[in-house]
Amino acid sequence: MSIRDEVIAQMQRVAKQQSKRLAPLTDETPLLETGLDSLCLAILVASLDDELGLDPLSSETNTHFPSTVGEFIAVYEAAAADADV
Amino acid sequence: MPTSDFRTLIEIIGPRDRGPDSVISDAGQRIALRDLGEKTNLSGPVTNLRGRSVLLATTDQLPTVLALAHLDGVVRRVTICPPDVSVPHLRDASADAEVDCIVTDGLRDIPDLGGAVAVVRCGMQLEHEVEPAAELVETEWLLFTSGTTGRPKLVQHSLMTLTGAVADGVGAGEAPPVWSTFYDVRRYGGLQVLLRALAGTGSMVLSDTAEGVSAFLRRVGEAGVTHISGTPSHWRRALMSGHAGSMSPRYVRLSGEAADQAILDALQAAFPEAEVAHAFASTEAGVAFDVRDGKAGFPASLLSSAGRVSLAVEGGTLRIRSPRTAARYVGAEAPALPGRDGFIDTGDVVEKRGDRYIFVGRRHDIINVGGLKVHPERVEAVINRHPAVSVSRVSARANPITGAIVVADVVLGPREDDAVRAKAELLALCQNELARHEVPASFRVVRSLPVAPSGKLLRQHA
Repeated sequence: MSIRDEVIAQMQRVAKQQSKRLAPLTDETPLLETGLDSLCLAILVASLDDELGLDPLSSETNTHFPSTVGEFIAVYEAAAADADV
Repeated sequence: MPTSDFRTLIEIIGPRDRGPDSVISDAGQRIALRDLGEKTNLSGPVTNLRGRSVLLATTDQLPTVLALAHLDGVVRRVTICPPDVSVPHLRDASADAEVDCIVTDGLRDIPDLGGAVAVVRCGMQLEHEVEPAAELVETEWLLFTSGTTGRPKLVQHSLMTLTGAVADGVGAGEAPPVWSTFYDVRRYGGLQVLLRALAGTGSMVLSDTAEGVSAFLRRVGEAGVTHISGTPSHWRRALMSGHAGSMSPRYVRLSGEAADQAILDALQAAFPEAEVAHAFASTEAGVAFDVRDGKAGFPASLLSSAGRVSLAVEGGTLRIRSPRTAARYVGAEAPALPGRDGFIDTGDVVEKRGDRYIFVGRRHDIINVGGLKVHPERVEAVINRHPAVSVSRVSARANPITGAIVVADVVLGPREDDAVRAKAELLALCQNELARHEVPASFRVVRSLPVAPSGKLLRQHA
């Protein structure tokens, strides 16, 4: 599964678990309009750490917090690329 | 401050009035308490110990107990060392307590305090004659607090503040009680039970650090133990061992950690004939009260009841004022102990539900999830209600969004093989019973959870 697919799958899983309705997602959808609140996002980040071994938002080099779904996915894709090098 | 009407430990034991069946035992030894009247395990003249500040450090519990019988009333101060205190911490404590004599079994690593500090041997046997004590003093008893991190603190008690708190519930005409405890008796929780046993007419069975829980439970059963105490963690471990049925106690006591409804119910089911009581006590505050109605928490009416022990809830935490409270912390940098009005803040957060107060956790263990507070024990109490769960531990996991999220480690019972189903049910249970931010984001099934030497579930403090 690609990083993008894994992120989307975990978003759907967390939304279901937290009884939230996930908005139709595009790269431009702001994170705060996905239907996931900050607790959901916190759980999402922890789940992605468990599934992918990546926690780029906790990394010391991370200064920019993503504000859209596309940016969020891009942060994980960049971290995965870094991890592969 | 010395009072004129104190009693010494040997007077409380009253060796002359005891029969040969009144004994103290551990995994290897059995000592008749009446022999303490004539004999001691302390080598050398007791007069050498007069007025000293003694560090009492032995490997096993029994030499400490035997030595205490003849140190109390003679020495100025005795600092009782639990087994797991490191040599550097013993050195710090020795400085705080102004130790000028070490009593040891010679088997334990002790700090080198220099040539001016006498070293006296105490063994496993009562092999030395006791000299009659000329003049008795009220000895200060210094105990280590059960905190698991950092430099341990010493609190000052006396035999008076340490005794009399545990009622044995033994009716007239009943057989003398046989006491035991999972605790090491060199800690407050265990010392309570030891002193209760020594003040009564019966016997005492000591636990043994080197012994597994199954072997201890077998020994407890063979000794016919009637009264036994431990932390909820001790008891969960006993129930999980499958050997709890080795014993048939009349009185089962829990202290040291909040007892949730699940462990109270499990113990009552395992020992249907026994009275299951949970007590609130801490090294600093002493034993405050017993709860004997089988329910978690305590009746709110205790707050207004007149008695020697006063309870108050202020700022959400339980405060206690009691004649069994420790006098003070000991040491140059020691903080003051009782607050204004003589109340001690226990740091235990309580919440009123109906006509009871329920323990929801320790103030210092609170997890902060995006500014919302979570008490691990409150979440654990819900998880532990699930029939598949033996024990659980809830902790914080760092998170870049909310600072922390709640996660749970869970030990499943021996017959539970479907971890996936159990985790799904636990999530549903927690979502049903708890606020969203309290629900663990993940449940991890583990084989066991670490318990500190104090008998309490080991927690990582934030």
